[in-house]
Amino acid sequence: MIALDDVTIAYGSGPRAVVAVRDFTLAVPEGEAVGLVGESGSGKSTVLRAVAGLIPYAGGEVTLAGRRVDRRRTTAERKMVQMVFQDPYGSLHPNQTVDQTLAMPVAIHRLDNGEARIAQVLAEVGLGREHRYRYPHQLSGGQRQRVAIARALILEPRILLLDEPTSALDVSVQAEILNLLSRLRRDHGLTMLMVSHDLAVIAHLCERIGVMSRGQLLEITTATAMANNQVTHDYTRQLLRSNAGFDRSSVSSGELDVVVG
Amino acid sequence: MTDTGMTDTGMTDTLLTVRNLSVTYSGDDGDVRAVRNVSFTLGRERLGIVGESGSGKSTTGRAIMGLVGQSGRIEADEMRLGDTDLAHLGEHGFRKLRGQRIAMVLQDPKYSLDPVMSVGRQIAETHRTHLRSTKRDARRAALEMLEAVHIRDPERVYTMYPHQVSGGMGQRVMIAMMLIADPDILIADEPTSALDVTVQTQVLAIMDDLVRSRGMGLILISHNLHLVSSFCDRVLVMYAGQVVETCEAAKLSEAKHPYTRGLLAALPQLGNRRAELPQLQRDPAWMADLA
Repeated sequence: MIALDDVTIAYGSGPRAVVAVRDFTLAVPEGEAVGLVGESGSGKSTVLRAVAGLIPYAGGEVTLAGRRVDRRRTTAERKMVQMVFQDPYGSLHPNQTVDQTLAMPVAIHRLDNGEARIAQVLAEVGLGREHRYRYPHQLSGGQRQRVAIARALILEPRILLLDEPTSALDVSVQAEILNLLSRLRRDHGLTMLMVSHDLAVIAHLCERIGVMSRGQLLEITTATAMANNQVTHDYTRQLLRSNAGFDRSSVSSGELDVVVG
Repeated sequence: MTDTGMTDTGMTDTLLTVRNLSVTYSGDDGDVRAVRNVSFTLGRERLGIVGESGSGKSTTGRAIMGLVGQSGRIEADEMRLGDTDLAHLGEHGFRKLRGQRIAMVLQDPKYSLDPVMSVGRQIAETHRTHLRSTKRDARRAALEMLEAVHIRDPERVYTMYPHQVSGGMGQRVMIAMMLIADPDILIADEPTSALDVTVQTQVLAIMDDLVRSRGMGLILISHNLHLVSSFCDRVLVMYAGQVVETCEAAKLSEAKHPYTRGLLAALPQLGNRRAELPQLQRDPAWMADLA
């Protein structure tokens, strides 16, 4: 469903270009969920943006649903790939009601039955009719993220890109959103590509997990292998340790030193 | 260091005592009680406060420093730092206390450091303010402090501005600044939430080493249950402004209160994949005033 072949993404051009992702190759079959983990600046969000067509790529090929796509996407290609961002506070327009937010993509893509679509998608993400004419500041964080998911879903996409969808949320709300995402994936046969720094969250939703560092894909492993500590890279091992909580013995005093680069 | 832990009855080793602390904010729609009857003591240990957003954990930390703003009202039967009565301390008294005897590390160094002053001068300024030292002494102390937080080339980092340092290094600078005046208590409010997981452990280890070696008390405020239970000695669990449960950090997984249990169950676990995560069912009874 999603295939990236030797994709290289750079910001800026000429000698000052910063290569954010280098020779990235990944294939996600239809209906599968793949997660990307890595430190900040490792390029994981950049990959999502390239798949979404938000940024151009310098080299390589991106294929979606068997068709090679360009940075310039057709309306149908845009409709097929939708994205949910980390911070629902920032990704919703503060001066638009939920109804307006959801009506916009319907209008852009000239879909019929806007009215019915909005009502249906709201029900699907677990929001009531009473939420439809509210502004984002009148909603809780979890409700806002539901609106963001509804906005992606209303176009009936086949691919859902998730950039840290739960890291701005409380634990109890995170559980609700994760449950919602697994249900939507099952009901709609969605293909998902998800980025998170939380291994447990990724492993909950995704079968395969890619580990990124400094713009490169270090390894692709499975959630089960991660849980059993069967990983090959040191960096992945470090990630696993950090996710388990604080362990003073896991850092030697030499590791504490930072050299100014 | 002031020997506040010592009283003439012997070594009690209690640095901070808080009894029935309440913080009320008055607004247009009546009073909001952000913190309700919170009581705890802090010795030379690492105390964690966990809870979800709005549970009052940060407000509790801020109330200890007298930082609740104009509309906030602090009430307590007792709030004592060593021999200082915090419950009846005015703004002037708190100003002398902050930084010198209680220090606070906030979440994101990008916002808590002064963007137009080099990080070294910011650390030195703290030293000069609280210890009335000379410029030269302050500079030397700041360089030593930078070394203590494991920065290899302190001379160079001294002259750098906050935007030139990484998040992890910024938080080290923040810790250096907070510990230079040798306070009795350090309050760390989500000190590593803005950092990468791999850097988190390093920053926490530095904080832990320094707090231990100086015999300080640490209050770690966090929403991260794993982190608090693995880092702290004791944990307070807050819900709707009240402490609903206190337990040994290592035994957080055996917590009894349904709220704590619900939170733990709602966490996804590596290696234990469940089709559906149990969602927290909030019981209105948890809101009722505890005795």
